[in-house]
Order: sequence, then structure tokens, then C-alpha cells
Amino acid sequence: MADQIPLPVPDGDSQPFWEGIGRRELLIQRCDVCQRYVFYPRSHCPHCFADSLSWVQATGEGTIYSYTVIHQAYGPFAGDVPFVVALIELQEGVRMMSRIAGSPPEAVRIGAPVQVVFEKINDELTLPYFALTESGA
Amino acid sequence: MKADRVAAIVGVAESDLGITPGKTVLQLQGQAAKAALDEAGLSKTDVDALFTAGNWSWSPPMLLAEYLGIQPKYTDGTNVGGSSFEFHVGHAVAGIQAGLFDVALITYGSTQRSDRSRNRPVTTARLTEQFELPYGLPMPVGAYALAATRHMYQYGTTSEQLAEIAVATRKWAMLNEKAMMRTPIAIDDVLNSRWIAEPLHLLDCCLVTDGGGAVVITSARRAADTRKAPIWILGHGQTHTHNSITNMPDLTMTGAVQSGRDAFGMAGVTHDELDVVEVYDSFTITVLLTLEALGFCKPGEGGAFVSGQRTAPGGTFPLNTNGGGLSYCHPGMYGIFLLIEATRQLRGECGPRQIPDARLALAHGTGGVLSSSATVILGRD
Repeated sequence: MADQIPLPVPDGDSQPFWEGIGRRELLIQRCDVCQRYVFYPRSHCPHCFADSLSWVQATGEGTIYSYTVIHQAYGPFAGDVPFVVALIELQEGVRMMSRIAGSPPEAVRIGAPVQVVFEKINDELTLPYFALTESGA
Repeated sequence: MKADRVAAIVGVAESDLGITPGKTVLQLQGQAAKAALDEAGLSKTDVDALFTAGNWSWSPPMLLAEYLGIQPKYTDGTNVGGSSFEFHVGHAVAGIQAGLFDVALITYGSTQRSDRSRNRPVTTARLTEQFELPYGLPMPVGAYALAATRHMYQYGTTSEQLAEIAVATRKWAMLNEKAMMRTPIAIDDVLNSRWIAEPLHLLDCCLVTDGGGAVVITSARRAADTRKAPIWILGHGQTHTHNSITNMPDLTMTGAVQSGRDAFGMAGVTHDELDVVEVYDSFTITVLLTLEALGFCKPGEGGAFVSGQRTAPGGTFPLNTNGGGLSYCHPGMYGIFLLIEATRQLRGECGPRQIPDARLALAHGTGGVLSSSATVILGRD
């Protein structure tokens, strides 16, 4: 189906992440050796190459590192324009791509504090979006 | 200039460019390869190393070699996006230096415009793409827009400054009869063109065209009797820093920092000695970030550096003299055209857009989403 949002395929790295999203929890990894946080999930720490990482629940709080307002999009996203895609720097120091939900594009600023929200896209898919928090809105 | 003369570009050519209905990627590459070998005075039986990159086959080098009737003893299908061909140059020099082969043919071809093959929807997101694709960022423009927003935030760079690049590049295209877009544009035209992904407007974005190209590189020994004067590869450097834009270490600083340092170091030349510079211009922001990372100006000063049409014909910093991906052609992976134009400038073949007495040139490719960077420094005798 051409108009379906590309569906994440949970795998050996990502399955716990998507299970967490299903429970409305934002999970990231922490290296058992160097203690640094890691996202996206993987089997080896990209900092110290240790092969032991644990899942932890992130605070879900962060700030906007950068963003763009999309005016031309394709396929399943064509009807969403204008929409805001942002890179979020989580409090734990890792970066995620997401969308900014619930605010007009003009309200979005780099550095603005945001909080994760769980957006049900359809029966198959819930995604972690972010919303400007009180102090940022 | 301390660099040893190991290998030289001795043939360059484009295929048909622009819109090429009915042509295949194989035809375009055959056309460009034949023309590039012809101008070198070489034939396909001389070719013992083949380099190509594309996504039109599961193995572009094997398909292309079969189609052209070449059985190489060295092959390289490194595909790191639009800069692949600058990577290939580095690999070709290394192979020639090691005595593994004598004549390297690098080709590219694309019919993306006629195929309307960009932005075909996908229904699943696998491996690390599952953390990006579901959010709908149009690629690659959305990723470059994220970098532009960050640069503006950090340094106060303006849309007007980015537009300076598009306007100057168009002026060069007006001097190139092969360029697709040759009507003049002003800063306001860029600013008034529609948004694609803020802060990038339509005229901040490269063209979508068909086209192909070829570059022939040979050893110093063989270059002694080729038809065209050799254009020496004096220095090269390469790196890639990330795959997806989320994982770019610093959205304002590309891997050109490293590839440029390595290339300048190997060539033993300084920035001031260069006569002409060709850098990948997928988007205006790509140019600005690359100029900073290569060290032509300090981080954050790119906006001021390109202001006042400094990079236009007649300006003090001739840049993208064929009209670039912004106005000349952009068949998806543009890097080979940087090498073609730099070579022609050093041979003095560029007619109305010729930089007088150009002796040293830099070509820099950027691929993926500011992911891969490769710098090549070229010079003539």
C-alpha cells in the first residue's frame, strides 16, 4: 500500500524499544562498562565497544537541537504538510529524530524544552513524538 | 608543491545531460567512457581498472564491465553517495602507486529524471532506518535543512547569504552552454521561491536531471604519451562521519575538515595557491558548510565569505564554474562532474567561463546527508 507510513520492523536490536513504546515508555540503552547512554539501540557500545548494554527508561525530556518545517512531502506524508521534524537532544545526552506535535510551526525554536508524547498513528504503529513543554511553548 | 606525480587525469567527458528519454544508464556510461578514452588517446582494451557507483544494479561494476566488454584486474564499486567518484580517485591513485594497474576508468550514469525514480514510497523501515523513516523527513533535502537551521541558529547565517550562492552559481551556468538553467536569477528570486523544507527554498536545491560522466586516470608512465596533457592528482583525502543525519556529530561541521587537511597535506599546497574550486552543491547550505570545513574561512564565517557575489564570474573566489548541481546538471550523484570541470579548467578549455591561467584546482565531493567527504587537489605542469 503506497500510502502506508513506513512500518518499523522490530529486530534483534530494536524489539525492546518498540515494546516500550507500546507501553508508553521511552527506552534507551546504557553501556554497562563506560556508563554512557546510547541511542539508537545496538549490540556494541559505540564509545567503548563493550558488548554489554542495559535498557533504561529515559526521562522523555529534552531540547530541540535542530528542526525543519516540511512543505513538500511524498506518499503517506504528503497530506501532513506543513509539519515539523526535529532532532531532539534527550536529557541523557543522546539524539533522536522525531516530530513536534501540538504546536504551530512558528512556535518551534532550537533549544526549546520538549517532552515525549506517544502518538497513535494507527492500530499497528505508535511513535514517540515530542511536544513543547510549558516553559517552551 | 611537494607532491609526487603518481597518476593523472587524462580523459574526461559527459554523456548527454538534462533529460534523456529512451536512454539507459548503461548507454550514458558507454557514451561518456568512449568519449573520455578517445580524448586520452586510449581504448577500452587499455582499461585494467574499473570504478563505478550507482543503485541501478546489485553489482554496478560487474554489469557495466560486462556491457562495455571489459575484464578488469581491479574493480571498485564504493558507493558513499555523490562523493563516490572523489573516493574512487583516491583509490585509483593508491592502486596505481602500488603498481596494480595502469589505466582506471571511472563512470557514472543516471536516468533518474526520466524514470521519475526519486521519492518512491517504501512501506517498511528496516535496521537503523526504523528510527527515521516513520517521521516523514523528505530525503535528502530535509536533512540538509536541519543542518541549515542549526547553522543559522549558531552563527546568524541568513537566507540571503545562502541565496548568494544560488545566484552566483547561476551566473556561471549562463556561461556554460551545457547547463540546464541559464536565465539570470536575483537574491529575491531565491527568497521568493517556494519553501521545500525550511529554511531551504526551491532555488536552494539542486536540479533533478539525467546524465553521466567518465574520468580516465593513468600512471605517470602512461601519461607521458596520452593525447591530452596530464592533470596531476596531487593530493586526496576522504572520510565519512555518519550515515543518518541524526547521528552527524555536529550539524555545522562536515568531514571535509579531515579530507581537506589530508588532501592539502599530501599536495603540499595552500588555500591561497588554488585558482579554482569545485565543491558539491546539492543545496546552498552544502557549499557554505564545505567552504568552512575545508578552511577557506572560519566556522560561522561562510555567510560573509560568499556575500557580495564573491564566488560569481569576476569575483575573487571562482567557485562551481560549470554552474554546479544547482544550475548545470544533477543526475543524483554529481561528484564526477566536479572532477570533469576542474580538469577542463586546468586544461584551459572552458571558453567564456575559463579562469585565466588556472594551474591548481580543488574538487570536493559530499555524499549522503553530509555523510561522506572526499577532497581531490589537481594541478597541471
